[in-house]
Amino acid sequence: MNASALRVALPVVVLAIGVFMWDLAVRLFAIPPYVLPGPGLVLSTLFADAGLLGQSLLVTLTITLEGFLFAAVGGVALAVAFNQWRLIEQAFYPYAVILQVTPVVAIAPLLLIYLPQPLAVLTCAWIVAFFPVLANATLGLNSVDHNLIALFDLYKASRWQVLWQLKLPAALPQMLTGLRIAGGLSLIGAVVAEIAAGSAGAGSGLAYRIAESGYRLNIPRMFAALLLLSLAGVAIFFVLSALSHLALHRWHDSAVKREH
Amino acid sequence: MNGAPAIVSLRNVGKTYDSGTAALAGFDLDVRAGEFVSLLGPSGCGKSTALRIVAGLGEPTQGAVERPPGRMGFVFQEPTLMPWANVAANVRLPLRLARVDETQSRTAVTRTLARVGLTEFAGAYPRELSGGMKMRASIARALVTEPQLLLMDEPFAALDEITRFKLNNDLLKVWQELRRTVIFVTHSVFESVYLSQRVVVMTPRPGRVFAEIDVDAPYPRDERFRTSPEYAAACRQVAEALSAAMGDAR
Repeated sequence: MNASALRVALPVVVLAIGVFMWDLAVRLFAIPPYVLPGPGLVLSTLFADAGLLGQSLLVTLTITLEGFLFAAVGGVALAVAFNQWRLIEQAFYPYAVILQVTPVVAIAPLLLIYLPQPLAVLTCAWIVAFFPVLANATLGLNSVDHNLIALFDLYKASRWQVLWQLKLPAALPQMLTGLRIAGGLSLIGAVVAEIAAGSAGAGSGLAYRIAESGYRLNIPRMFAALLLLSLAGVAIFFVLSALSHLALHRWHDSAVKREH
Repeated sequence: MNGAPAIVSLRNVGKTYDSGTAALAGFDLDVRAGEFVSLLGPSGCGKSTALRIVAGLGEPTQGAVERPPGRMGFVFQEPTLMPWANVAANVRLPLRLARVDETQSRTAVTRTLARVGLTEFAGAYPRELSGGMKMRASIARALVTEPQLLLMDEPFAALDEITRFKLNNDLLKVWQELRRTVIFVTHSVFESVYLSQRVVVMTPRPGRVFAEIDVDAPYPRDERFRTSPEYAAACRQVAEALSAAMGDAR
């Protein structure tokens, strides 16, 4: 069997064994569904509640996407501003770090007091997704080949030309790394805020469904919602990885397959 | 050619970096139009610093510099290509920065690529090219604006000998066709003698001109010249000057 087929087959085998053991354990020890539902029940709940869960998934995904887009645009824009004006960097960078290191779980309840609930959730998603974009884009913009900068200097390139034709394309690989991280984090931020909001009794995202089902001891639905959340996370990762590959595959070493 | 006017002239140029390192002190150099001059010296003797000062990439802390008006071409030690752009786009860069229109720059790029033998690789990306071909692309980029003055900072130092010899020959061919002024920085005695009409031997730390040696052999120079007694004699003379220059500094 060749290497790439093995890379797909091995995780699938592990999954099959895991699901089988789970099912076996539930049947063998006659575990009641309100303690641990079997995989079959989780799946059938997923289909039975598809309407409700699908709607919640859409809510969570929309917020995740919005948070991600704001983080992407804001992160890159601020990184460019930092790169162009050192004073702005010196003035604001510490606060970007503080925003990042303060756990979002702790910020969410506060935000829910001051902001309407959807906006608070969006803000949480944005806060966690923003920093990796900023940090990676800043790194990329600051590590442009100094000889290329000298070359642009020699040909009397304007500041604008240096930015558009040199710094931004040179920073693209790092920016895309930041975006890949931000996609996953945006989902986490949205979920954290929804859970926090859920206890306040508002919202209808997937994380809210998990919290709500927990109160009602509807464990199969908790599992079904969790499954959807992980699938959403995986999908986001794959979409962003594919975008990154599409943008870089012609020229960047990270996207080039090597034969040894 | 001795009658030609000097287009580059450095008088008593000194450069001390902020760290306190004196890279150049009392450095004098005249280069005449159409001349091929090599700056030869050990690593850290300030030859790259001198070249950057000629290019205007760094100002001297002392002395006066006269440069030709108009654009110069600069070839770095590394190919310094934009990895996200293909060869044609890399070569077009100087024209694009000068906002030369599309049609005109396409003609110039095509012509220059043909000159360095890269016509078939116009659409290739830098990572798809060998070290020698990357350097050709870099040279093409420097030539595309048809500069009066071509500055080369140890461009072939990282290449294998076979590729270096080939590029030496091709560079001489281009130089004979265009007759632009070339200042070529190298730490190879053999390369400096093979290529240039005049070798300027520098002392290390701080860099000064120790000796200027004319290489009178006529062009075209080819592989026969590389193995001639004349070449060997010139190499010995330059090598002796270089070792005296280094002894002088100890």
